[in-house]
Amino acid sequence: MNTAILSGRELNYQYNRSQRQPEGGKAALANLSFDLFPGQFLALLGPNGAGKSTLFALLTQLLRLQQGDILVDGTSIRQARSAALKSMGVVFQQSTLDPDLTVIQNLNYYAALHGMSSREARARSLVELERLQLGDAAGKKIRHLNGGHQRRVEIARALLHRPRLLLLDEATAGLDLETRANINRHVRDLCQQQGIAVLWATHLIDEVEAADQVMILHRGNKLAQNRCEELLLEHHCDRLIDLFGRLTGTQTGELTT
Amino acid sequence: MNLATASYCFLGIFKRELHRFLQQRARFASALVRPLLWLLVFAAGFRAALGIAIIPPYETYITYEVYITPGLVGIILLFNSMQSSLSMVYDREMGSMKVLLTSPMPRSYLLLCKILSTSLVSLLQVYTFLLIAALFDIVMPASGYFWLLPAVLLASLMLCSLGLLLSILIKQLENFAGVMNFVVFPMFFLSSALYPLWRMRESSEFIYLVCLYNPFTHAVELIRFALYASLNLPALGVTAAVTAVLLFAAISAYQPRNRPQRGKPPS
Repeated sequence: MNTAILSGRELNYQYNRSQRQPEGGKAALANLSFDLFPGQFLALLGPNGAGKSTLFALLTQLLRLQQGDILVDGTSIRQARSAALKSMGVVFQQSTLDPDLTVIQNLNYYAALHGMSSREARARSLVELERLQLGDAAGKKIRHLNGGHQRRVEIARALLHRPRLLLLDEATAGLDLETRANINRHVRDLCQQQGIAVLWATHLIDEVEAADQVMILHRGNKLAQNRCEELLLEHHCDRLIDLFGRLTGTQTGELTT
Repeated sequence: MNLATASYCFLGIFKRELHRFLQQRARFASALVRPLLWLLVFAAGFRAALGIAIIPPYETYITYEVYITPGLVGIILLFNSMQSSLSMVYDREMGSMKVLLTSPMPRSYLLLCKILSTSLVSLLQVYTFLLIAALFDIVMPASGYFWLLPAVLLASLMLCSLGLLLSILIKQLENFAGVMNFVVFPMFFLSSALYPLWRMRESSEFIYLVCLYNPFTHAVELIRFALYASLNLPALGVTAAVTAVLLFAAISAYQPRNRPQRGKPPS
């Protein structure tokens, strides 16, 4: 059995928590535990407000851990911040590209922040841009690219330092069906061919395939985790959207296809 | 982090600052027009009204234009540091700040690189301003242009640290006008940039004391003495100490453990 590359251990997080009233805040995550193994594609499924972005902010250490722990390669991120961040490539829900710089300038900047020389950065950028069919766009400013291309640039950038773990938070939000499918396919290929572990947060049901590991998150609580087809069998449901409605007791409209 | 990765990281941050600066030509022009207007219009107009006694580091009577030149170098640094602060707030609103904060490099080092890069970009503007001033016969001793470099760097580090700290406190770009009214203008006008402190004392002891305790006064004095190849030790001490305090406060404020756990989830 492989060791998990990423593990969450009883993660709790509250917003508006004060020192006087540590329990008085709004719970964004409650007792969340999970494991992600090399080469695994884990779909984190939940509507807006489920706690997906909070989890990403904790994983990337934009927010401080309050309770619980996150382990990357078996080591707590509290002890090994730098090593943990080196292992991760991240695509956030909101674009993090600098619109005033060109594609290659954005990639070079990111590579420098990961301690790569400009020669190595250029070589790696060209490889990743070609892989995502963005070779012609290298000299274009980000603000002149469409949404789909910008997302692909973000994925190319997240892979520059050869991470073993790719975190994507609603990476296809706002894109058309074809572009979404292409990006989804590309990430799955990375998973299968390079053994990169992927945490794919989404509220779009059709991005989840039957063989995927699925973790269903609702209002900060993990409601279920298993392979999608096994979850459906367990709960006697034909469709994931019905399963979600049954588990949460809510309108399934919170998720979309 | 080793020396090679640290230097690649610094170069990357510096190149980004430079790219952005070179792309915003209007920013470069306005950064020069502002002090040049003060120098060529305001100072020329007030030359007759404002007499300057012989005070160190000057050994002869000087024109008012010569007196305010170090203060105008200071205002270039002050506005540039606030511009950098504004761009940090913009980066946070646009999301690109996350790229910096999720780098595996130590966060304190990243922030240090950021303010050092801004300071180096400020140097370009300072020397361009002095070159234009020289064309109008406002010339300093040749060695002064050399000794100016470390003085400007230190003064800029102090002001950029202040800008970094302010960028944490400013929640939205719209609030930035308040910084101009409550930080930039008071710092500039309540300093020795435009008038010597003894003149301030003649009009009000209270205003004199405010000017005396204003760190910008000491940054300007450090620059003024450096331009005449001399060292103002008290000014150096105050500027260095305030830089250390502001830098420490700004770096602490950017650590996740010290950031308020309030507000909406990050998007």
